[in-house]
Amino acid sequence: MNHHFRLGRWLAALVAAVAAFPAAAQQAAAPPPQQPGGAPLEVSVTGGISAPMPIAIPPMPTPQVTGTPAGNTDVLGQKLADVIAADLRNSGLFSPVGRNALRAISFPEVTAPAFDYWAGSGAQALVQGYIRANGDGTLTVGCYLYDVFARNELTRQGFVVSPADWRRAAHKCADMVYTRLTGEGPYFDSRVVYVSETGPKGNRTKRLAIMDQDGANHRFLTNGQSIVLTPRVAPNQQSIVYMSFADKRQSIYVYDIGSGRQRQVVSSPNLTFAPRFSPDGRYILFSMAVGGNTDIYRVSASGGRPQRLTTSPGIDTGGSYSPDGSRIVFESDRSGGQQLYVMDANGGNQRRISFGGGRYATPVWSPRGDLIAFTKLGGAFRIGIMSPSGGGEKILTDGWQDEGPSWSPNGRVIMYFRTTQGGRGTADLWSVDLTGVNERKVPTPLDGSDPAWGPLRP
Amino acid sequence: MAKLTNALIIGTALIAVAGCSKKRPETLPPAPSETAPPVDQTTTPTGPTTTGVAPGSAADFQQSVTADTVHFDLDQYDIDPQARAILDSQAAWLAKYPNVRVTIEGHCDERGTREYNLALGDRRANATKNYLASRGVDASRMTTISYGKERPVAMGSDEASWAQNRRAVTVVIG
Repeated sequence: MNHHFRLGRWLAALVAAVAAFPAAAQQAAAPPPQQPGGAPLEVSVTGGISAPMPIAIPPMPTPQVTGTPAGNTDVLGQKLADVIAADLRNSGLFSPVGRNALRAISFPEVTAPAFDYWAGSGAQALVQGYIRANGDGTLTVGCYLYDVFARNELTRQGFVVSPADWRRAAHKCADMVYTRLTGEGPYFDSRVVYVSETGPKGNRTKRLAIMDQDGANHRFLTNGQSIVLTPRVAPNQQSIVYMSFADKRQSIYVYDIGSGRQRQVVSSPNLTFAPRFSPDGRYILFSMAVGGNTDIYRVSASGGRPQRLTTSPGIDTGGSYSPDGSRIVFESDRSGGQQLYVMDANGGNQRRISFGGGRYATPVWSPRGDLIAFTKLGGAFRIGIMSPSGGGEKILTDGWQDEGPSWSPNGRVIMYFRTTQGGRGTADLWSVDLTGVNERKVPTPLDGSDPAWGPLRP
Repeated sequence: MAKLTNALIIGTALIAVAGCSKKRPETLPPAPSETAPPVDQTTTPTGPTTTGVAPGSAADFQQSVTADTVHFDLDQYDIDPQARAILDSQAAWLAKYPNVRVTIEGHCDERGTREYNLALGDRRANATKNYLASRGVDASRMTTISYGKERPVAMGSDEASWAQNRRAVTVVIG
């Protein structure tokens, strides 16, 4: 039986990832003996995916059923397995075995899997774990990944969380599995800030909202009295920069997530918009329109005097830093229509990188540095990717208006918003992977736009 | 239950209509001498100035100018002859009331990306402001704001709606 999931091209990064062992493993129980297997069980993220990997995730047993503010540990054990399964399924790379083929496991079984049983379920990989309430009110969640056919353990991690953060333990576990089997970075334990929309098309109420990457723990941040647009999450995840129409004067504000306080970043009679944090969080890139001419500026995140980076007549906007902070990709209509340009962080060395038909807008540099996501306009709006030098253009979506891409923390998934036509048109958040195959709607309580995918949580 | 539902539907419809009429741009010239309501005319014979509209007010502006809104071609911001005629009427009114200040709102259709449309709306508002300034309106009396594609007046996703939404609206402050 070919237990090894060889799909498409393999990434060089996979080899390195095999050796990596997570630092947080000390919470887990005694390790089983490592068995030298054959070829490793692995999944390719960017290759031609033919079928997702079958994976079994039975409910996590608890050594002693204990009540917690989030429910008792027996119930949480089932919910943890459900969240892990949903994360892995949503990645498009895994096919969790259905509940009917799962069976309850005992606490000692966590580290001694019934490999024959799981092989019979069709699963190639197995995620087992446990949940335990600690005396100090915290929870410990242990997470173990096994290769069913090689009959060995691939990796393990343990997480200590407050009961309110139980979902984060599940996301961390799913990240461990995803990382170990794909060689890619983690992304499930992350949050998304976006603009929640409701009301008639001509008078939409727009509110900042924050939620987990999977739509859970949703919370509104602003009350909807002012139009809010284009939020971005600070690298340290403590604040959000966005544009607001407060008091009929558009300006850029920073919202402190902890305190809920907001402060204006640039005080100007001119239109200031399109704010973006620098990768180190020290600067905010933004656009300012002076007398109808829009250029890109940079200002200290704490305020102060802005520095002008572009000077061309025309609309230069939508800047986004490379992950090392050395370059900026932006859009400009200096050639007649919107196209993508790259420049040095000080504004020097500006050069055009997009040359396909149509217009290009809203460029966003991947946190991995290898790709730039954009909105391509040509009748419809579509989400695409290209290399920072402009090569390898690929269109990933096919909606009427798909706009505003935002990268997952590992640079392998893009969230964007899709608007449908007409007076009753809707706006919703969607995500797509780099293959363009795994496209899915992200659940939000109301309509949504302008997603900003935050970094991986610590 | 059905009655309650009907009442709610009617209530919602009324609100929607009120919202529309308030926002709808004056694309057509107003009917000539739409002055006092008929009731007034039957009771007291008053002069032609008793419109119930304060001179120099926003309502006066709406009644006096050809239109408060000018329109633009796709992704354009130049003031065409039709827009010039409208703005000339606005400049003439503003010349009569030199203390009145205005905000010029720039708007776009939905076929541009959000941030680009903010910049394009700013271009349209500024082109309008610059034309009014060239007709003698002091620039210090005019502020601009761009709504991008955030506040359409026509809700369809069709050429006619888009044409209505590509606009600059002059709004009297206060």
